[in-house]
Amino acid sequence: MDMSFSPEDQQFRAEVRQFLVERLPSRLSEKVRLQQELTKAEIEEWHAVLNERGWLAGNWPKEFGGAGWTAIQRHIFEEESATAFAPRVLPFGIAMLGPVLQKFGSKEQQETFLPRILNGQDWWCQGYSEPGAGSDLASLKTSAVRDGEHYVVNGQKTWTTLGQHANWIFCLVRTRTDGKPQEGISFLLIDMNTPGITVRPIMLLDGTPEVNEVFFDDVRVPVENLVGTENEGWTYAKYLLTHERTNIAGVGFATAGLSSLKRIARGQVANGKPLIENPVFAARIAEVEIELMAMATTNLRLLAQAAAGQVPGAESSMLKLKGTQIRQSINDLTRRAVGPWALTFPSEGIEGANENTVPGPDEAAGATRAYLNNRKLSIYGGSSEVQRSIIAKQILGL
Amino acid sequence: MQFTFTEEQTMLGDSLLRTLARDKTPAALMDLGAGAALLSEADGGFGGTGADILMVFRTLGRALAVSPLLDSVVLGAGVLALAGEGDLAEQASVGAIQVAVALDEPGQRYDGTVGTVARGGLLTGEKTMVSGADTATHLIVSATDGVYLVDGAAQGLTVTSYRLMDGGRAGEVRLADTPARRIGDLTLLARPTAAAILAVCADALGAMEAAAELTTDYLKTRKQFGRPIGSFQALQHRMADLVTEIEQARSAVWNLAGHLDDEDRDRHVAATKSLVGKIARRVAEETVQLHGGIGMTEEYELASIVRRLLAADTRFGDSDHHLERFMALSAA
Repeated sequence: MDMSFSPEDQQFRAEVRQFLVERLPSRLSEKVRLQQELTKAEIEEWHAVLNERGWLAGNWPKEFGGAGWTAIQRHIFEEESATAFAPRVLPFGIAMLGPVLQKFGSKEQQETFLPRILNGQDWWCQGYSEPGAGSDLASLKTSAVRDGEHYVVNGQKTWTTLGQHANWIFCLVRTRTDGKPQEGISFLLIDMNTPGITVRPIMLLDGTPEVNEVFFDDVRVPVENLVGTENEGWTYAKYLLTHERTNIAGVGFATAGLSSLKRIARGQVANGKPLIENPVFAARIAEVEIELMAMATTNLRLLAQAAAGQVPGAESSMLKLKGTQIRQSINDLTRRAVGPWALTFPSEGIEGANENTVPGPDEAAGATRAYLNNRKLSIYGGSSEVQRSIIAKQILGL
Repeated sequence: MQFTFTEEQTMLGDSLLRTLARDKTPAALMDLGAGAALLSEADGGFGGTGADILMVFRTLGRALAVSPLLDSVVLGAGVLALAGEGDLAEQASVGAIQVAVALDEPGQRYDGTVGTVARGGLLTGEKTMVSGADTATHLIVSATDGVYLVDGAAQGLTVTSYRLMDGGRAGEVRLADTPARRIGDLTLLARPTAAAILAVCADALGAMEAAAELTTDYLKTRKQFGRPIGSFQALQHRMADLVTEIEQARSAVWNLAGHLDDEDRDRHVAATKSLVGKIARRVAEETVQLHGGIGMTEEYELASIVRRLLAADTRFGDSDHHLERFMALSAA
């Protein structure tokens, strides 16, 4: 039993920390700390900084231009980045599509698309969910019908995160309607500038259009944009969902959130004393901190298993479930820590708007926005109920 | 970074589990070296680390064994070894003597306030909830000015004993001008108490694992409305939540085991005992509920697990007590 990181990993952590000190602009980290929405340009700016250092795709093998990090190195990078309030690396191209193309894509697809993910030329979004296919994703209906050297795509995708910025979308489409629903799905890469595509933003609880509806009306997609084999898309989708799970617990985000929460609670006054000394509020912080200490160790235990060559199984469902509960608790406490100022709801999160005349600490508006936004954590990527069913079936055999 | 046990630790755990399946007597445990595994080599044992304690007590908890290992060895031998009483410590670790450690006093709840006083080598005071007091050959007693060793047959010592909910026994200990020998100051108690809290938490972890297995099996076999009750999503999800909580408890126990001899030990003691106590109560309540009526019966195995889990929360301070300690240590 040895709960410490190896000297090499500690050295790596020091390198990451040094890099963040030198290269992370405070202009960006301050926005992240205040939980404000980043603009497209700001996200691209940070991607470019990471790419210059060769660290944008920590999970990719070196042959594809990635950093080729171990699971533990990736964890260290994610933890250090989160606690330094660095912008998160967008998952769509790097974490989701990249590994699928590397495993199942053609050589042409790899050579065309992978470098463009790294150099920022392409911004990918994910076309999975549909109005009638949420947790039951395999029931998706968007169809792709072969017509010569093209597929003709018709249907609608939804909850497409940051699709308003994207120029490419990877989609699950139905190419066969008989047989089991999972067996008639294909994985298509679609240029968002193709005629027949309409993107419509969906305003969310937090007042921002983070997600979109994407409509396909006789959209013609060249057959060479099919990934792998027709009707095998479900396998690739599952690979994508299960493969990239080192950060599913969000330990770094929770750790950063907890430090922000404490900082706010030290600055707020309740009954003449710092809020952090209020016994009720301090107990709530302590409880979530204790939960986080345990979950961080569960995460490390699974990382150590992964490092020893074991594939993470349904345990990652426990991490998603518990990690979500902890992060949502921190969001809830952070919002409540600012007291009456939690009522403010400025529109500054919305790009282009400018409304900065709100009272209270700088964190107040972001706290409410983040609380509302992160209700999504227990819904997306397999809702908490889906995770519980996975645990019941795969771990308990019920 | 590795979260695995050594080969020796794993072998001991396996043979403990096998032996406990047929023989739960203290002698059987001592024969296997379970006591010696809890002492360091310097103190005459062959273990004594957090991982050793975790392995032994998790196994005891799984097997629902009642043993003197916590009171007489982790606490008793632990204090004796630190006090330089190596021979006595070694004897305790093999079961040749029985040590009870008398710390709490009536009306002091969990706060450890000591009123017992020593005058001219004679102790006077009252101790409560002294686990294993009725069978002890030696007592370790905290007094205002330090830690004392008292012979189990000493003059002026009376023990009134009673049954505990987890199957053990404890006693009220009265000392009236009882001869005693000072073996050190109160700081002697810190590491053995932390180790004992780890032991209680690891034991609770084993008991929670046993409870989860029992309950999962029951959900698969019990039929109502023409199908196994484990096919109902309402019960599946409750059970999934429960094992997710137990996973948290497992990590909390690892945390304490891994930091038992570190600078930040006290913070980990408070965090782990608080979380494990809370989860132990929840597992006790939920597994009874998931069983239904059968879970209420003394005859069914769950009954002793439930009481063991409740006892684990209460002993050495419950989850709220340790939450407060964690808050105090975090503020410092």
